[in-house]
Amino acid sequence: MGQNTRMKKAILAALAAGLAAFAPMTVMAQGAAPAVAAPATTAAEAGTVEGAQTAPGAEALPGNKTPAEAAAAPAGEGAYTPMKPTKGKGMPTNPESGEPGAMLKSIQFQDQYSDNGQYALWMHDVILMPVITAISLLVLGLLLYVAMRFNRRRNPVPSKTTHNTLIEVVWTIVPVIILVIIAVPSITLLARQYETAPANAVTIKATGYQWYWGYSYPDHGGFEVVSNMLDDAEALKRGEPAKLAVDNRMVVPAGVPLRIQTTGSDVIHAFAVPSLWFKMDAVPGRLNEKMLTIKEPGVYYGQCSELCGARHAYMPIVVEALPPAQFAAWIKAQGGQMPGAAAAQVTAPTGAPAEAGPSTTPAAAPEAKPAA
Amino acid sequence: MATTAEGFDAHGTEHGHGHDAHDHADHKPAFFARWFMSTNHKDIGTMYLIFAIIAGIVGGAISGIMRVELAEPGIQYLQWWAQFMGGGNDLNTALHMWNVFITAHGLIMVFFMVMPAMIGGFGNWFVPLMIGAPDMAFPRMNNVSFWLTVAGFFSLLFSMFVPGGTGPGAGTGWTVYAPLSTSGSVGPAVDFAIFSLHLAGAGSILGATNFITTIFNMRAPGMTLHKMPLFVWSVLVTAFLLLLALPVLAAAITMLLSDRYFGSTFFLAAGGGDPVLYQHLFWFFGHPEVYIMILPGFGMISQIVATFSKKPVFGYLGMAYAMVAIGVVGFIVWAHHMYTTGLDVNTKMYFTAATMVIAVPTGVKIFSWIATMWGGSVEFKSPMVWAMGFIFLFTVGGVTGVVLANGGIDDNLHDTYYVVAHFHYVLSMGAVFSLFAGFYYWFPKMSGRMHSELLSHLHFWTFFIGVNVIFFPQHFLGMQGMPRRYPDYAEAFHFWHQISTYGYFIMAGSMIFFFVNIGYALFAGKKAPANPWGEGATTLEWTLPSPPPYHQFETLPVITDAHDYHDHRPATA
Repeated sequence: MGQNTRMKKAILAALAAGLAAFAPMTVMAQGAAPAVAAPATTAAEAGTVEGAQTAPGAEALPGNKTPAEAAAAPAGEGAYTPMKPTKGKGMPTNPESGEPGAMLKSIQFQDQYSDNGQYALWMHDVILMPVITAISLLVLGLLLYVAMRFNRRRNPVPSKTTHNTLIEVVWTIVPVIILVIIAVPSITLLARQYETAPANAVTIKATGYQWYWGYSYPDHGGFEVVSNMLDDAEALKRGEPAKLAVDNRMVVPAGVPLRIQTTGSDVIHAFAVPSLWFKMDAVPGRLNEKMLTIKEPGVYYGQCSELCGARHAYMPIVVEALPPAQFAAWIKAQGGQMPGAAAAQVTAPTGAPAEAGPSTTPAAAPEAKPAA
Repeated sequence: MATTAEGFDAHGTEHGHGHDAHDHADHKPAFFARWFMSTNHKDIGTMYLIFAIIAGIVGGAISGIMRVELAEPGIQYLQWWAQFMGGGNDLNTALHMWNVFITAHGLIMVFFMVMPAMIGGFGNWFVPLMIGAPDMAFPRMNNVSFWLTVAGFFSLLFSMFVPGGTGPGAGTGWTVYAPLSTSGSVGPAVDFAIFSLHLAGAGSILGATNFITTIFNMRAPGMTLHKMPLFVWSVLVTAFLLLLALPVLAAAITMLLSDRYFGSTFFLAAGGGDPVLYQHLFWFFGHPEVYIMILPGFGMISQIVATFSKKPVFGYLGMAYAMVAIGVVGFIVWAHHMYTTGLDVNTKMYFTAATMVIAVPTGVKIFSWIATMWGGSVEFKSPMVWAMGFIFLFTVGGVTGVVLANGGIDDNLHDTYYVVAHFHYVLSMGAVFSLFAGFYYWFPKMSGRMHSELLSHLHFWTFFIGVNVIFFPQHFLGMQGMPRRYPDYAEAFHFWHQISTYGYFIMAGSMIFFFVNIGYALFAGKKAPANPWGEGATTLEWTLPSPPPYHQFETLPVITDAHDYHDHRPATA
């Protein structure tokens, strides 16, 4: 199964538009990535467009810099304008919106835009929900039956039964069987979530600060994008949900594996995007890593999910997944460069990537190459 | 009938009473000596219950502040509260105030409401009565336990008025995670909160040793472990959990203090420590803690269901050892609170599997309660309706626990309102329903007065509706991605938050019935007979008058071999 998924991902990757520019990812960045416990390093960011822009906690400011960023682009090709979010995609559904089905949608998980998310959603909706609903209704039904059948009026003389070995064995064994049935997809899901990112995955390091996020791109020159929440008025002006919108988004390519790393610079934060089934703590002194493949371009909203102090509620996350070509353009506009852009094709996956487990993906990488 | 009258002479003299066993039973010390230097398990139990009710009012009022704030997006009232607590007028202080409220609400409800009521209140009152003992094994230590808890409560309240970093009060959450609680919170507020946990924890450890000693050594002749009422079993298991878990908490928060003031770096990455270590230590305590809060409730529900079904509890041994099993397994599942911290895949698989195992003994208990009613002659007196409400709502909270147990599913639900809904279903409906069930069950015994059945039933139905309206929509919010511990949120979350706030008012209104009922019972209630609940009430406390004499069982009851564990009464009633 794991192999299959990887293949699927690889093919997806190959088909994605403009892959030519994108495929020859080298492992060059790997060595640089594991800089643990050194959040907000200086060297890498010094030359970025973003620099250290918005002062943390300055609520009024965030709006200012963004036009600047947009202005930075026009000089180069493929000017980047933030993608408009699609209603109901990558964000919570407002049951009061009046749209058909909004109420029903608001009581479920958000639609999922990653393979693992869709698998997890399937597991929840098809296995867990029916099971827990059935158990709850069974208990409720038994209680109501007992209340009606064995009340004082209908059953004045109580029985004295206190044992029934068979039924005791049954209500021990049956739950065990149910749990085993749940455990199978559960363990599978865990295994899939822990697949190691292929060597050519795009690395993005999300650093939690009090109270904003920084996204650095070690494969693309190491610049860091500083992301602050927009105030309500500005968010609404841009057609984005208030309290979820940010000035500078975490821009990533869609359809290709991402290596998301998280760390915290001061206290623990958590990088969470519900529509991607993704949540990972950003712990100071640790570098957590997980693979994520976003299936299609879009804007996906998330929020910090570990209590991190006063403005915990005011450091949202916005992931903008672009077609790889546009992503490459965005990188360029940021002053970064696509890995291997200068060099001709560096082909064979170089020996041992830094964190390649035994299951790393030599299989996937070659798949992707031919397109180049 | 065996007696141990000699043994009680000393006890009698200690209180300055004569040796006439029948006479001194009702000599009570004067007010100050009785209530402030108490060594009487029933008086201490009463004080614990009153204390828990007061703490519950404070904790419940705080949740009201939070629910009102959450009724609309944006910050409505927090600035006012920040100034009220002596903080500044800026937004950050207001937002910090929110964190102070969630912290205080959690700590108060856990350490100063549920635990004192269950273990301190009902445990103190009824463990000695149910095992036929005259008092707890260490009456003075019992008193120390209570006053340490009270001191802890004041330390926590005090912490809300002193600087805690961004504003007054400790805004770390009840989990007090480092480094937010170390480098992230400057000022004495967190210290007072930690000190509060130290005091309450020390009180609980003393209480736990007291219960273990009492239960092992002071059972009436003939009452073997397997003849003990299930409530006593539940307190025994709980006491062991307390004894094993609380020292770990004490260690963890002492390490926090050390990191804060003595330059150690247990939880500081820059010095070679690890913030996640704190979480392991905390949850090694924290998970058993949630069973500490519910196990005595299990015990009470077992007594009540058997009593009002007029039928011995079904599968007694299974019930007792299910609690033991829950207690044991409770110690090996802690990291399911930490699925997103960056555990490796094998660890996550283990904790997923281990956590799901808990559903098995819990299921045994649920089904055994229903089987107890099956074939019974069920009478829907006030304790029984609360107990039945408990069984259903605890099941609902339990099954969402099975969902959350899956590490891969938890990736989305962790730290969202789904988790909030889950643990309020098992605590604010599980533990609290069992507390109300126990309260209505034993109130006539404790006070000697009957409460109003009508008011109790009104209380039940309104409370039942209220808490469900509060917490059921929170499942939806969580699945949609609403994170916990947020004072403000996106417009999309507004609808269900508003419904949830309406539920709070229904719940709060229902408490009027509770308090009116207590007032009615105390001032106008009928005198309670020794056993108001009839033939189904088979435990020893119902053989005593209501209220019981100041000292009871000076002549120990004898449980003969002819009795099996279904009947806890002495041979000659």
